[in-house]
Amino acid sequence: MVAIADSVPKPASRFRFILDRRDVLGAIFVAPAILYVLLLVGVPFLMAVYYSLSAYTIYNPTWQFVGLSNFIDVVGNPVFRQTLYNTFIFTFGSQILGLILGKFGALLLLRPFPGRKFVRAIIILPWAVPIALATVAWQWMFDSLYSVINWTLIALGIIDRSQAPNWLGNPDLAMLSIIVVNAWRFFPFAIVIFLAGITAVPQDVIDAATVDGAGFWRRNYQIIVPMILPIVAIGLVFGIVFTFTDLSIVFLMTNGGPVGATSVLGFAGFQTGIVSGDVSHGAAISLFMLPVLLVVVIAMLRFIRRREI
Amino acid sequence: MAAVSTRDIVKKFGEVPAVNGISLTVPDGEFMVLLGPSGCGKTTFLRIICGLEKQTSGDLMIGGEVVNELPPRARGVAMMFQSYGLYPHYTVRNNIAFPLKTQRVPRAEIERKVEWASQLLGIGRLLDRRPRQLSGGERQRVALARALVREPTALLLDEPLSNLDAKLRASARLEIKQFQQRVGLTTIYVTHDQVEAMGMGDRIAVIDGGCVRQVGTPAEIYDNPADRFVATFVGSPPMNILSQNGGYLGFRPENFLPKDMMEDANFAEFNYRVDRSEYLGSERIVYGVVEGFDPKQVVTAKLPPAHVAEESIRPGEWHPFAVRTSALRYFDKDGNRTSRH
Repeated sequence: MVAIADSVPKPASRFRFILDRRDVLGAIFVAPAILYVLLLVGVPFLMAVYYSLSAYTIYNPTWQFVGLSNFIDVVGNPVFRQTLYNTFIFTFGSQILGLILGKFGALLLLRPFPGRKFVRAIIILPWAVPIALATVAWQWMFDSLYSVINWTLIALGIIDRSQAPNWLGNPDLAMLSIIVVNAWRFFPFAIVIFLAGITAVPQDVIDAATVDGAGFWRRNYQIIVPMILPIVAIGLVFGIVFTFTDLSIVFLMTNGGPVGATSVLGFAGFQTGIVSGDVSHGAAISLFMLPVLLVVVIAMLRFIRRREI
Repeated sequence: MAAVSTRDIVKKFGEVPAVNGISLTVPDGEFMVLLGPSGCGKTTFLRIICGLEKQTSGDLMIGGEVVNELPPRARGVAMMFQSYGLYPHYTVRNNIAFPLKTQRVPRAEIERKVEWASQLLGIGRLLDRRPRQLSGGERQRVALARALVREPTALLLDEPLSNLDAKLRASARLEIKQFQQRVGLTTIYVTHDQVEAMGMGDRIAVIDGGCVRQVGTPAEIYDNPADRFVATFVGSPPMNILSQNGGYLGFRPENFLPKDMMEDANFAEFNYRVDRSEYLGSERIVYGVVEGFDPKQVVTAKLPPAHVAEESIRPGEWHPFAVRTSALRYFDKDGNRTSRH
């Protein structure tokens, strides 16, 4: 026996295969996302919390700690309470309207008809069109003089020119208007959610319900809707979060008016904190979104987990 | 419970006929199996009976009444689906109760009937579970309980055993059959599995290309097939078919035996070259060709291994084989059965 080569194996470098380790590689991949969230969401959030506890304004940028006095000011202000109320009406009104439109839109789009693919494609437009553009179009439709809605109603003989509604001038109608615009924006998303849910319900289950004697309504509301509720709830969480924090429609269409009737939290926070320069009160107003959204999201997620099937 | 009968049912999807004129009568209490290959129209036919599809033409009678225009819920038939179609968000109890709730049966009555159906199928302890917590066999029982609970006029089953494993399938087959006999329910059972069809059906309707090829008891279907399709579709391995005198000659593999095993005096003799044989424990399947016929036509023989001498089936050699005359079947050039050539 001859030992041909008795070379001692060279110990591999400790770092040579470091990228083969799942934990290291995973951390590297996820790091940009975590950094992004920390720097662009976490830091501004903590700053907002601090601003709301300080006396910071852009005219007097002091970091003086004032405790909860900003919050006490805000809550004591009847205009703010109106704003908070508006935000709820705006959010839930547009979500309910959007869900109803989405449900029926989805049912219609499930039926075969000529041009269905085309309709399915363009129905997504309200969601894809830039909000500023769409809102300008809606503003004209609600205009006090040139409203195409009023024109149509007059032309159809439903109303008289003298009693034509001033959509954006009447507090209730203004709220209705922004709800309609937001629902119009949200309903293609709701249609997609409902379509995804309904097509995922096995045909056998629907057929079984039909043979078991369920008609259209019972099939829809005792079988299909409960089965797609988890996915609809996810869509609703998204809708509520986005609407509750939204200010663009109000900002572009009504500017919160008339007399604060359509002011919502995001808009009021922006007006007070940025436009008026009272950063600390603006931050306090905006932070009122947090507990509400937290409760909504936790409740929804718990509900979804319970309903998991 | 009621008889179900159809007259010239046609169903077209666009221009394509899925069901092409089926007339079938299922008497009250009969277990009828619709047997056919996939795509033959048997499931479409079943869906027409329960009203999920509307026939293009033809009449459907349940209990002597024409029900063409009645919606599914008014027909009183129950159906069990291939994947059972249980409602995942309901408990077993509510699944079974659902057909009763749609008929606005009083609550106490519903409770009593759910109890009855679950006892009948031995699923009483599962009542508060949800479908996802059940095994395949349990789901099948729940689906059956749901179908039975409102005492339907007829029970329709669409390949109900295809989601079960082989072992469970055998026991479920027996169970469904015994159960049907006990309740005496008119049953129409769709399958592509001939073992299920032969084992369960009072009668079998063999369907192909949207038409009924033959209706008969399992023995009639097997022993006296009406045409080449039935002859080759039923039986495993299928009947051997040989071209002869412009028609076809058929015989079952188990009737094709070494000549020295013939007990009958009347038999037809063939010279058989064995190419390959498979030993399957209880039987031996032998593949080969018969002298004087198309050499590409593989002829199979199914032999009882215990009684066949090894040398009489040695591969590569010609052996004298025979079929009793009474086991020979003749078909004309269109594949229809004739008495002789």
